[in-house]
Amino acid sequence: MTIARLATDVRPVTGGVADPDAKPLVELRDLVKRFPIKGGILQRTVAEVQAVDGVNLRIMRGETLGLVGESGCGKTTVGRLLLRLIEPTSGQIMFDGDDITKLRGSTLRHYRRRMQIIFQDPYASLDPRTPIGDSIGEGLRIHRIGNSAERRERVRKMMDVVGLQPYHARRYPHEFSGGQRQRIGIARALVLEPDLVVCDEPVSALDVSIQAQVLNLLRSLQRELGLTFLFIAHNMGVVEHISDRVAVMYLGRVEEITDRETIYRDPRHPYTQALMSAIPIPDPVLRRKRIILHGDVPSPVNPPSGCNFHPRCWLRSRLDDPAICADENPPLLDYRPDHRVACHFADRSRAELDKDLPVSSPTDAEQPATILAGDAIGRMDERPTITGSPQAPFEPPVGP
Amino acid sequence: MTTEHRAPGGGTIEDIVAVPDNEVALESLSQWQLARRRFRKHRLALIGLFIFGFMVFLAVFGPLIVPFNPMFLPGAIKAGGDQPSLAHLFGTDANGRDVFAMTINGARISVAVGLFSMIIAGVAGVTVGAVAGYFGGWVDNVLMRVVDVLFAIPFLFIILVSSRFFGKGDVLSLVLIFGLLSWPLIARLVRASFLSLREADFVDAARAVGVGDRRIAFRHILPNALGPVIVAMTLLMASNIVLESFVSFLNFGISETQISWGNALANAQGALSFGDWWWAFFPGMAIALTVIAVNFVGDGLRDALDPRSRE
Repeated sequence: MTIARLATDVRPVTGGVADPDAKPLVELRDLVKRFPIKGGILQRTVAEVQAVDGVNLRIMRGETLGLVGESGCGKTTVGRLLLRLIEPTSGQIMFDGDDITKLRGSTLRHYRRRMQIIFQDPYASLDPRTPIGDSIGEGLRIHRIGNSAERRERVRKMMDVVGLQPYHARRYPHEFSGGQRQRIGIARALVLEPDLVVCDEPVSALDVSIQAQVLNLLRSLQRELGLTFLFIAHNMGVVEHISDRVAVMYLGRVEEITDRETIYRDPRHPYTQALMSAIPIPDPVLRRKRIILHGDVPSPVNPPSGCNFHPRCWLRSRLDDPAICADENPPLLDYRPDHRVACHFADRSRAELDKDLPVSSPTDAEQPATILAGDAIGRMDERPTITGSPQAPFEPPVGP
Repeated sequence: MTTEHRAPGGGTIEDIVAVPDNEVALESLSQWQLARRRFRKHRLALIGLFIFGFMVFLAVFGPLIVPFNPMFLPGAIKAGGDQPSLAHLFGTDANGRDVFAMTINGARISVAVGLFSMIIAGVAGVTVGAVAGYFGGWVDNVLMRVVDVLFAIPFLFIILVSSRFFGKGDVLSLVLIFGLLSWPLIARLVRASFLSLREADFVDAARAVGVGDRRIAFRHILPNALGPVIVAMTLLMASNIVLESFVSFLNFGISETQISWGNALANAQGALSFGDWWWAFFPGMAIALTVIAVNFVGDGLRDALDPRSRE
């Protein structure tokens, strides 16, 4: 719904970046995580998975940064690194101006209170043998907040906030529905009143009908509590709904980062452009020109040289395979204010994309910004733009 | 799609919710109460608990109940012994010993060996398995190699050697040996469960909240790993009772001057072929009953401790 509307819905740039008072709550500097692959009898490291490969990100206080990418691109790893649930191979994690990369023990625990996580699978994220009231209240206990009566009261209030009844506290996770479980997960994350919440695909395991409910709950809680979200997802519609800024990851690197409007309307990285062209338009008579990327995402064990995306890049093949793409890793640079792109040819991607647009039909003219891809190059799908005739509206099939 | 969902900050949960006046009473059942309730609904487990309780009772008070010392020879010395009769409920053996008295008195050593070796194996196995599985890495490597070595040592060899050291028929040394040789089985089970559970999201969630290693291992992971361990421990107890009879039969276990179900059975070797079934039947039944009872109790415990099982 929002995607189709976007074309005419051009608003001024908002979000944390535009606010001069905003300070970064989180800053990731050259963050790298390699997972060793062990083999042989001696369990020696035989190879490494480059899960996160030099990520730089800033999350402003109060904003929602959407982090998108395909499965396995490292976005979840970034979230866990930031929370210090796994140890980075190198790089720095700054939280509220403090370097928390090396903290341990009670100093780290102090920061844990201020950053929490909401998981993708709400059932897996709850201890099946602990009543949910105890799960929610465990953080209060660990941080010795209040006495037991005060803690119980706070848990009860938090449960009320997320729409659970007080008598639910004694029940076990298996007694709840998926949406309820996710709300339990939200209550647990927020009862400590954290500054930052990493939402790791919090709605992708839920029914579509429940997704909106949970998303709206997250947004209203964010507004009320002044939360900062790192929102990890692969559903572009969800990200658009909730984010102020969006970062796109591919194979362990951030390829593009800018505010929500720009990333959907005018992405400059060829991968982002392909990603955007894959968003379905919820209108049966409209089709978007899709950029079909060929091949699979390369193995993170053996990532390509230079730009990670170059073996599959449609722009590169159109520019007659410049050598620099295979030789040099493009840094994430300011393409324009508040819009950073990691592509050697970011300034040419839009022009190449627009070059082969078909002659506009009336429908196209109404939403020029959403049509993203041309079709003349070999790597692209030759699917024609279908425009509906007003005389033949779409009718749903009659059910039995 | 508002543009001002950047929050002013500083809000708290209290600001959002008005405190409701009438509090709904919380269900007052604790987890243990719930577990007990579930256990009581498990009929076989109750029967098992009753039988096992009875065996423990015999083990403690048996010698006071039986009117005569089994080593005292109330019956006539006669080849084949006497058939069960009112004077000798379970009959007598060739030495004139009363099989009823042997069965009752044998409970003490058999149950003690089974129960205490299980406790030793359980404590050691759970601790080692939990540490190895939770921390992984070199800790895991070292502990699991120790386990491998223990698995590789032949049981009988150890028992033979130790009976030289401790003197034959020392119940305590049997308990220790059985316990120390059977914990690796438990350790492997626990380790495997820990290895998979430590990657679970709820463990990460606890860690993100700030929960320490020990609490995560023992409050969150262990209860979820316990089901198969409890069953394995009851099986272990059963097999150790049987093992004691086997070792006694080989003359490395309990001496002839003491009585256990195991050496009562050993004593009956050969008698069966002459049709003197009662020598072996009653001690054998006692072992079988105890083993089955313990298994039922284990089953019931596993279900009772799992909140997911229906009430």
